[in-house]
Amino acid sequence: MDAIILQILNGLDKGSAYALIALGLTLIFGTLGVVNFAHGALFMIGAFCAVTLSRILTLSHTIVDPERTDFLGNPLKVEVPYIHDLLGATAGDKVIDWAVPLSVLFAIPIMIAVGVIMERGLIKYFYKRPHADQILVTFGLAIVLQEVIKYFYGANPIPTPAPEAFKGSLDFGAALGFDPNVIIYPYWRIVYFGFSVVIIGGVFAFLQFTTFGMVVRAGMADRETVGLLGINIDRRFTIMFGIAAAVAGLAGVMYTPINSPNYHMGMDFLVLSFVVVVVGGMGSLPGAVLAGFLLGILESFASMREIIAIIPGINQVIIYLVAILILLTRPRGLMGRQGVMED
Amino acid sequence: MGILEVKNVSKRFGGLKALSDVNLSIKENSVHAIIGPNGAGKSTLLNCLVGKLIPNTGSVMFDGQSVLGRAPYEINQMGISRVFQTPEIFGDLTVLENMMIPCLAKRDGAFELNALAAALTQRDIMEKAEHMLEEMNMADKRHMHAAAMSRGDKRRLEIGMCLSQEPRLLLLDEPTAGMARADTNNTIDLLKQISEQRSITIAIIEHDMHVVFSLANRITVLAQGTPLVEDDPENIRGNPKVREAYLGETA
Amino acid sequence: MLKLTKSDFNLMLLVAALTLLAPFILNPFPTDSAMAQFNAGYPDLMQRFVIFGILAVGFNILFGLTGYLSFGHAAFLGVGSYAAVWMFKLLSMNVLPAIVLSVAISGLFALVIGYISLRRSGIYFSILTLAFAQMMFALAYSVLTPITGGETGLQLALDDPRIFGASQTPGGNIPVPSLFGLEMRESFDLVLGAWVFTFNFGYYFCALVLLASFYLAIRIFRSPFGLMLRAVKSNQQRMNYTGLNTRPYTLAAFVISGMYAGLAGGLMASMDPLAGAERMQWTASGEIVLMTILGGVGTLIGPVLGAGFIKYFENIFSKINDNVLHEWFAFLPDGIENFMVFIIHPFIGKGWHLTLGLLFMLVVIYLPGGLVEGGQKLAAWFQKRGQKTETSKSKIEPAE
Repeated sequence: MDAIILQILNGLDKGSAYALIALGLTLIFGTLGVVNFAHGALFMIGAFCAVTLSRILTLSHTIVDPERTDFLGNPLKVEVPYIHDLLGATAGDKVIDWAVPLSVLFAIPIMIAVGVIMERGLIKYFYKRPHADQILVTFGLAIVLQEVIKYFYGANPIPTPAPEAFKGSLDFGAALGFDPNVIIYPYWRIVYFGFSVVIIGGVFAFLQFTTFGMVVRAGMADRETVGLLGINIDRRFTIMFGIAAAVAGLAGVMYTPINSPNYHMGMDFLVLSFVVVVVGGMGSLPGAVLAGFLLGILESFASMREIIAIIPGINQVIIYLVAILILLTRPRGLMGRQGVMED
Repeated sequence: MGILEVKNVSKRFGGLKALSDVNLSIKENSVHAIIGPNGAGKSTLLNCLVGKLIPNTGSVMFDGQSVLGRAPYEINQMGISRVFQTPEIFGDLTVLENMMIPCLAKRDGAFELNALAAALTQRDIMEKAEHMLEEMNMADKRHMHAAAMSRGDKRRLEIGMCLSQEPRLLLLDEPTAGMARADTNNTIDLLKQISEQRSITIAIIEHDMHVVFSLANRITVLAQGTPLVEDDPENIRGNPKVREAYLGETA
Repeated sequence: MLKLTKSDFNLMLLVAALTLLAPFILNPFPTDSAMAQFNAGYPDLMQRFVIFGILAVGFNILFGLTGYLSFGHAAFLGVGSYAAVWMFKLLSMNVLPAIVLSVAISGLFALVIGYISLRRSGIYFSILTLAFAQMMFALAYSVLTPITGGETGLQLALDDPRIFGASQTPGGNIPVPSLFGLEMRESFDLVLGAWVFTFNFGYYFCALVLLASFYLAIRIFRSPFGLMLRAVKSNQQRMNYTGLNTRPYTLAAFVISGMYAGLAGGLMASMDPLAGAERMQWTASGEIVLMTILGGVGTLIGPVLGAGFIKYFENIFSKINDNVLHEWFAFLPDGIENFMVFIIHPFIGKGWHLTLGLLFMLVVIYLPGGLVEGGQKLAAWFQKRGQKTETSKSKIEPAE
């Protein structure tokens, strides 16, 4: 029992990332009909927003500290972040410590801008082109974005820690009445899960309760009719692309303490996220979220030592296997609309 | 005993009954029109005949063999060719290549891994395709991209492609829908000519009464998923039940 | 001739001339000149040209003719490589059985994967092939290490059995791949004045295989089978209602194109007897797609040109560094020189992938027909200009 709970918890954080990326992919596919292979790159750019902000916050100048000396007796030179001058040492350190959560605010405008530029500058020319062309051009874009990041940030992973307050773990087992130290779950992962629930809930509420969301949902169902009503659906779709980009970016920002960001993390997540979308059902938002969490948890179960002992390597391929099975037996996915792509 | 025998066919989509208890017999070498108002179930019936839909109950026999459960390509190989409402042709290929494909399908069957022979040296195929193009008055367009032709020409090509397979039953789904008057008349003349010169059965689903009465020698009226009457054109014209179904006139 | 039409025969001759004379064509600059860095006439690179050419020609039989975009084609390349290396380990260093096994095994894999993947079309097919390839990559990297060598890759060893050959050479080395005793690495230099041309046996072996593959591709393109494949791309519905079963056609195309990829993989291992999982990664599949598109999807010569183009510039771009750039722009004032180097720097050396990604986008956006279409447009433009001057002449003449 405790082992099962542990695996479910372990699957949640990866599942959250899958769900958030898949949600954005589905928004874009559902509203714009575009297969966006550059979506993983948006996740990656989000992560590097966090890296950038923590670098900005730690920008320093050198001063000579007369009170301290080095081992030769000369006055010691110390690096002082500008933020100390601005806010004082204690508050400054606090801000630096909280760089990752602060990056959420920093990343939102950047990600929306990136999304809008992408849509206006490239994607909109591909609405009427075949899916193959969309796949290819966004694949090219993904390579470009990834290489640009590599050029500026290098090829190595960049550790970006969580705030001090969230380091350490919660003894989940003890709280539930199991033996202590059996189910240990890092605080930050709890934060990540909560964060994604909030984002997902936000997106759904936005689509459900605002006029904007209503039009977008109508557009997902029948684009032409909505266009005929005299509603400028294109501009709304641009905004939708911006939102999808922001969702992927925020997923990336908050993921940095779990896995140090590197330039190819987007590609790694992209393929899996596509699989998630397919399993959930192309064009179904709840399906994307559900499949994201399910596959994350499934992957975590497949990584259990007991399972690997029976079927070696199953943890590496389980998601693909599920996707292949789903595509062959129920091509519309778990929650896809009937008749969509069932041909 | 007709060449196509439809017995007690019903088809439901969820709660909606699209066809109920349809009985239909199409006699060999006749031109049989199936007419009816919108939503009468004409297209559903047609799709049941060609293997795209499988009816919930009933049987469809072509020349003594059941077509139910067979894939469209198998039904075609049995001798049923279909012309679509919007012409379905190979738009990326030339007109001649379009015509070669059904000829190859007729000769080689549903699949043949003929990867090393040169297509242009298949003399029998080339002759047949060229001949068919001449018969359709399209020989001068043979190297044109099929997609670049007018709607009427596309229709002509599609009918030619179906005929080159020497089908025993030709199914036409509103062959003149969306056509200009001149193209419509051309198509009528072409179909007339075909039915006179060839021993072929034609079943035609049509909306346009002008087309129906210029071509058909037998008419079935479908209303609300079930056949209302089947009779000769002269009798259909004056039948009050048909007028009611069509025009909503109360008797 | 060769059962080809005249224009196809000319195309065949062109490819034959390009490949057989490659050591000359690719070495236009004297060996000691500054431009020698743009020479590409050395065996290793030339081998890559033709091997990737085979790969792209095969991919084009699937994508170009049927329109099914496989995003996992590199998997077959990897499978072919592993099969060939295993033949070298177990049987002998003769490349013939190795290549035969490569083609057979990858054909088998293609049959299974194709049978499943082709039940869907469009993006679903792409995602299915991608999922299969990623799965094979993940397995090759981890669990299948005993067969694939895992991270280090599969290599030859001194204690391999090689039952029809020798485990070791008399000198105690690992033997090298050969064709009935003719070693693949064998080459001789032809010195003509300031030029040195290298003729390598391995290259010529690959070139002949390319010619055979290209010839086969022409025949497939022009056959009734090829016509059917193009018809699948154009209108599947009409195919079905014309009494044709599309699935065996697409499956045959998939298997043939998988076997081409296996052949390329086998040749790759024959030139350099090792195989690694990274050959199967999906970015590698993307590169195959790019080659085909860049050259011209659905055209015969396009993929060969695309493969050559990409491999050539990959090589050149990777070699250029800032020093070279400074040399090039030395004629400019210092400030502008530094600026130019600064601008170009991200795209060269390790930045080749950035250039590649940009190229990919530019081609898809502006030149969906690839280099072949570009060439045709250019030719048409010149012709038009030529005609214009002619017509203007003919207008003037009667006046005179």
